[in-house]
Amino acid sequence: MSGPQAGTPILETRALTRTFGGLVAVDRLDLTVYPGEIVGLLGPNGSGKTTALNLISGLLRPDSGAIRFNGHDIAGAPAYRIARLGIARTFQLVRVLDGMSCADNVRAGLAFHRHPLPQAQIEERVQALLRRVGLEAQAHRSVPQMTYIDRKRLELARALALAPKLLLLDEWLAGLNPSELQTGIALIRSLKAEGLPILLVEHVMDAIRSLCDRCVVMNGGRKIAEGSVNAVLADPAVVEAYLGAPADA
Amino acid sequence: MTNAILTGLMLGGMYALVAMGLTLQYGVARIMNLSYGEFLVAAAFASHWLFTAWAISPFVGLAFVIPISFGVSYAVYRILLTPLVRRAPNRDALEVDSILATFGLMFVVQGILLTMFGGAYYSYSFLAIPVTVLGETLALNRMVALALAVIAGSALYLALTRTRIGTAIRAVAVDPSSARLVAIDVTQTSALAFALGGAMVAAAGVLVSMFLTFSATTGVVFTMKALIVVVMGGIGNLLGCLIAGLALGLSEALVATFVDPGLTLAVNYALFLGVLLIKPAGLFGRAQR
Amino acid sequence: MIGAPAAFVLAVAVVAALAAVPFLADAYYLALAISLLQFTVLSTAWGLFSGPTRYISLATAAFFGVGAYTVAVLGEVLPWPLVLAIAAAIGVLTAVVVGFSTLRLSGVYFVIFTFGLAELIRQLVVWYEVNKSRVLGRYVFADITQTDIYWQLLALAVVTFLVGWAIARSRLGFALRIIGEDETVARHCGINTTLAKVVLFTVSATIMTVAGAIMAPRWTYIEPSIAFNAMISFQVVIMALLGGAHRLWGPVLGAVPMTLLFEFLSARFPSTFTIIMGVVFLLIVYALPRGVVGLLARLPRRPRETSEALR
Repeated sequence: MSGPQAGTPILETRALTRTFGGLVAVDRLDLTVYPGEIVGLLGPNGSGKTTALNLISGLLRPDSGAIRFNGHDIAGAPAYRIARLGIARTFQLVRVLDGMSCADNVRAGLAFHRHPLPQAQIEERVQALLRRVGLEAQAHRSVPQMTYIDRKRLELARALALAPKLLLLDEWLAGLNPSELQTGIALIRSLKAEGLPILLVEHVMDAIRSLCDRCVVMNGGRKIAEGSVNAVLADPAVVEAYLGAPADA
Repeated sequence: MTNAILTGLMLGGMYALVAMGLTLQYGVARIMNLSYGEFLVAAAFASHWLFTAWAISPFVGLAFVIPISFGVSYAVYRILLTPLVRRAPNRDALEVDSILATFGLMFVVQGILLTMFGGAYYSYSFLAIPVTVLGETLALNRMVALALAVIAGSALYLALTRTRIGTAIRAVAVDPSSARLVAIDVTQTSALAFALGGAMVAAAGVLVSMFLTFSATTGVVFTMKALIVVVMGGIGNLLGCLIAGLALGLSEALVATFVDPGLTLAVNYALFLGVLLIKPAGLFGRAQR
Repeated sequence: MIGAPAAFVLAVAVVAALAAVPFLADAYYLALAISLLQFTVLSTAWGLFSGPTRYISLATAAFFGVGAYTVAVLGEVLPWPLVLAIAAAIGVLTAVVVGFSTLRLSGVYFVIFTFGLAELIRQLVVWYEVNKSRVLGRYVFADITQTDIYWQLLALAVVTFLVGWAIARSRLGFALRIIGEDETVARHCGINTTLAKVVLFTVSATIMTVAGAIMAPRWTYIEPSIAFNAMISFQVVIMALLGGAHRLWGPVLGAVPMTLLFEFLSARFPSTFTIIMGVVFLLIVYALPRGVVGLLARLPRRPRETSEALR
């Protein structure tokens, strides 16, 4: 079976919904990501962005709606199957394996493919991935002692180790100082240059403007705007969602 | 069929009463008390002794057993469990620690009962008068026990919803760190809830001793059933406790009548698993994770 | 610590020395050695599962009992190796069923379920015996000597350690370490965590079942209440936790002193043994500085509660 054509989305959600008790966290969300693009998922805190990512990556099961990824229906599928199909992600609070070495952290993403590589190739890939994210000098440091951005890089390396066809980044650029931010943005741009489509949940405006081809804005679980970065940031509904209604309205 | 249903409802009411104490202990104090059933059996032995040696009716015996059990449970929490509470970094670690500590406590209490009474089965007959209801013959003692269970449950419910202490208890069950923020003494409230749970299970023990046969080793089965009811009904949820208890009693009675009385625990487990696999937080529980 | 070839030689020497015990010891010490081996096998098997996954299993009695009771039923009917194999097969089946049903649930529910599992199986066995075979309590007639039991247990112990060592070095072992660190991350790395846990649980449970089968000829008469005695679940948990369940060699360090203690206590205080055991257990739980959970290698991490990322 041939892969998706350009013009066919790599990821498509339709009417995706998830509630927690009385709270509708994600409300009939329609979202698409096309091959080769970076889509920004924006919205004020509590708008459902992370929940949407959790539904796509399989951490949560949707109450209703469909998710189609690369020709597969993955709504409600277990996370490990979705990972094997080619979706990798990072987490809002960095989740690296503190009790294991850097190399083992990356190896975790390499060892469980459907058809894992032979041992020697795995070792090569570990080194290559550490280089890719700029951690080759840190490879022997103990993970709990690494700096915040290095831990993020390690988590990214693990995600890339899965050889994903779609990358989900949950506020990966948050909490970085200006020079780290520029390095981080460059790294993500380089991933896109290699053809990896990315769905990016972000608050950092610099990152959004320099990275995203398109944006989707959520508020209260619903999509309230979609389009190019400038169009979306100028949309009055979006401004109101972030800042509240104007005082004299 | 009617007999099975009526028996099932009465049984279910008893299970609900037995489990209410545990839902307090686990839901509020976060203690997974594996020795719970032993306290019930101890109360049953006490009631038996009061009745056979002193001719004191179980209803009067309640007046002795309940305060003593309250006191003992309070002491258990303060002396035995507070060190665990203090050093547990989070609720999950406390659960694990409390499981093992109460596992040990279970053996201690069971051992004491074995030493005092041996492994023999005890029972006594009190108020075993047949009564005709809806064309079926039921035992008066079971009906009275059920009535008392309903009264106790309602009293507990009212206490939890209408009094300040009750509200404090419910607050701790929902979110202890927030409860602290509104000046609720979580440790004291937990101790109180634990002691209250101990009092309730003792009351249940006295009541069931009127019509059930028990021995020093039957505590485990009661603990299991109480755990099943509490988890099925949603931890900390009194109403869920009641409904789960009734469901358990009904299913047991139906299986005992139409399939085989020896398979009751298997049915309990099947129901337990079934509910948890479909609704991991229990029938009425709040998702805790 | 010591190099691999040296460790191997040491291990072989230890096993050879242990194998010679029946020639050197009298009946009392042989019986003691059998108890020591039994608890070594059971606690190490327990640690195989509960160490990496941090699920506390109280099901040891259930599987041990299944093995023992299988021998009671089939011991005179079939050749011994076949009986052991059948016991193992039943253990596998039970573990798979229990594992798939309960390992999806959170850890606390797993503990509850395993707590009552021995009681459940006992009830089922009693029901079957009373209604179908019309026998309650069976005599064990198997042509097995104490020495036979000892050597079989020794072989099982060797197998247990070999299996533990092999798993640790395998992909499954790697997966389990990741699961122990962070189960969510494990799932997002393509690891079928439920399957991994079930496989490990099954391995652990099958060893326990075979141990029960091997030990059965020690009793001449077995009833379900004897075979499925919750005490053994309890003893094994104490031993493994005391010695440390996160290393393969940990439980044995707890099993040896505790077995000796239990032998001493049950000889000296037969009527109050249960009480004393309970107290001993309580003492151990309280003496552990970071609690029982601390002994299981590392505290469970919840992102809300540990903010190492922001340290």
